[in-house]
Amino acid sequence: MSELATAVPQPWTLPYRGKVAMACLIIGESAIFTIFVIAYIYYIGKSLSGPTPREVLETPVFFTICLLSSSVTIHFSEKFLERGKRGAFLASWFLTILLGGLFLFGTGREWHHLIYDKGLTISTNLFGTTYYSLVGLHAFHVTVGLIMLLIVLLFGLAGRIGPGHSLRMQVLSMYWHFVDVVWIVVFTVVYIVGR
Amino acid sequence: MASDAVAIHGPGVATRPWVETVHDWITTVDHKRLGILYIALALVFLVIAGIEAIIIRIQLLVPHNHFVSPQVFNRMFTMHGTTMIFFVAMPVLFGFGNYFVPLMIGARDMAFPRLNAFSFWLTAFSALLLYFSFLGGNGLYGAGSAPDVGWWAYAPLTARAFSPGHSSDYWTVAVLVSGFGSIATAVNFIATILCLRCPGMKLSRMPLFAWLNLVMSGQVLIAITPLSAAQIMLLVDRYLGGHFFDTQAGGSAAIWMHFFWIFGHPEVYILIIPCFAFMSEIVPVFSRKPIFGYPIMVGATITIAFVSMSVWAHHMFTIGMSSPANAFFTITSMVVGVPTGIKIFNWLGTMWGGKIQFKTPMLFCVGFLFQFLIAGLTGIMLASAPFDWQLGNSYFVVAHFHYVIVGGILFALFAAFYYWFPKITGKMLSETLGKWHFWLFVIGFHLTFDLMHIPGLLGMPRRIYTYEPGRGWEIWNLWSSIGAAVQAIAVLIFVGNMIYSYFKGPEAGNDPWDAWTLEWSVSSPPPAYNFAVIPTVQSRRPLWDLKHPEDPDSNYE
Repeated sequence: MSELATAVPQPWTLPYRGKVAMACLIIGESAIFTIFVIAYIYYIGKSLSGPTPREVLETPVFFTICLLSSSVTIHFSEKFLERGKRGAFLASWFLTILLGGLFLFGTGREWHHLIYDKGLTISTNLFGTTYYSLVGLHAFHVTVGLIMLLIVLLFGLAGRIGPGHSLRMQVLSMYWHFVDVVWIVVFTVVYIVGR
Repeated sequence: MASDAVAIHGPGVATRPWVETVHDWITTVDHKRLGILYIALALVFLVIAGIEAIIIRIQLLVPHNHFVSPQVFNRMFTMHGTTMIFFVAMPVLFGFGNYFVPLMIGARDMAFPRLNAFSFWLTAFSALLLYFSFLGGNGLYGAGSAPDVGWWAYAPLTARAFSPGHSSDYWTVAVLVSGFGSIATAVNFIATILCLRCPGMKLSRMPLFAWLNLVMSGQVLIAITPLSAAQIMLLVDRYLGGHFFDTQAGGSAAIWMHFFWIFGHPEVYILIIPCFAFMSEIVPVFSRKPIFGYPIMVGATITIAFVSMSVWAHHMFTIGMSSPANAFFTITSMVVGVPTGIKIFNWLGTMWGGKIQFKTPMLFCVGFLFQFLIAGLTGIMLASAPFDWQLGNSYFVVAHFHYVIVGGILFALFAAFYYWFPKITGKMLSETLGKWHFWLFVIGFHLTFDLMHIPGLLGMPRRIYTYEPGRGWEIWNLWSSIGAAVQAIAVLIFVGNMIYSYFKGPEAGNDPWDAWTLEWSVSSPPPAYNFAVIPTVQSRRPLWDLKHPEDPDSNYE
């Protein structure tokens, strides 16, 4: 076959498997979230007892800004890593974790408020069931993302992350952007449409 | 040339202690070994779910039969359906995909070998979990062991009140976990096919086998995930007191149906598309012609994948939907028949004017073509909402989908077994036993499932554990059950053939069928690294080019 090798387009390059796999995972995860969002929308106003979203939900503007800006910081840290600026990379990576952590703290505080002050649990009514499931599924994804970001931070502090890891960091960053985009949808559905 | 290097065999494992061999298999990340493990798992569960089917058919042999109790009957059809879909059909198709996708695209392994092993073990353990329910499903309630809610587990039957004990938990967790395995496998297939093709293997030159597995994986990503989501909701309902499907608290039982069938219908295509892949490889080789209409075939597959995502509610005509919804799902269900018909014409076009060799794989392919067509025709009938109102949940439906799954999927799978067994084991399957297997299975299949349409038309509902005499159902059920026994004998011949041929069969050599895809360029079984030198391809039929340097396909591309 080698004598015919001229018919092979040169150079023979194929996409990076990590990015393809992450894109696939994101497609699959999107389908999961879609089903939870559909359930949420379908059950808006169908609860037979209180409390209702209008009575108990407060729009978490600050924590939303935190999460969305973490997408910006992770983008910058990617760029810093590509250019080999280790300190700037670590700083903005740490900032990403901090912002993500703040968001998670916000979710926790909101849940604490709902459970102890408003008496809304996952089994109280349909609103509780759909709300905790949808927001909880998202918070779970934030948590998983934070764990991965933390692992990278630890390796980074140990000096084990260099520009050679750029592609892998981009894969992680894809996931993080996805988590943020999902939050925009969840935010719209739960705090704007749902009330 | 690659053919010098491929004669290398792996080190012999026969002389090593058996513990080490077992350890090797358990810890393997080789796509070929995982493929074999998938296929072996599926065959074990094929026998188990087959026994369950036989129990169902014995119970329905005559009216007022007392072979099993109604409770056991419910468990049998639930476990039969769940097992056949999730632990036979999916693993066996993933197994063939795992084994042959990397070989066909000239890669040394899947893109993520460890993830691949993880997927397999998820599947294997979820299967064990499902069957552990026979022992552990009782819980503290004395409430029945194995799941008995039907394979689609409609709400509110799965609620705590109606499904006490743990039987439904075993079902939902097993299906959820196997779903994670399937999703990971799909990610792996897509990454492998897009990122590991050998030089020259452009998408337009890729074997249809790889193309169709790519499309199937895309479907897994968007169709299995809704099921996972629905299972999570069911777990929330059962364990955390949620109300997703709790009609007492304003929840909806119908939404479970939607979530289940938005998985359930594409699932049929997830199962049949890899079978189309088998057909598209085997029919050309035994017709001695390249596949007819390659680009149309790819296009039709992608069309099926898209259209099949919008047909799910044809499983739900009888719950009473709005007229526009009925019309929409009737039309989309009929539309999906168009690309499927195109495929059938393509295979016929491939056979047309070819020098057809009726070896066993080809016999099963012809059986597939004939039976899948009939299955499609009853499908078109059931796609019509008024017809479905009459026959929904009757034995006509049971006959229809078994025509698809047995007459279509299983026949294509048998073809694949006869075609690729020589590559996997290095031994040919016996043609004589193969022909016995084929003819007995054809006879048994048609006895069981042709006749099963008739009690359906006469009003026999599915999932009843017995029936009154004098409704005109007896003779059809009797012959259906006899047909099931004939099929069981045919499957035993198949198993016997595999065991006999593995030890005593003639050597296969690298390329027993004079085929054209890359897996036939390496030794049988292939070495662990697949290709000593990564091949370079110039056309859709690299081995043709190699065998016919005077007239290579690449001249015509």
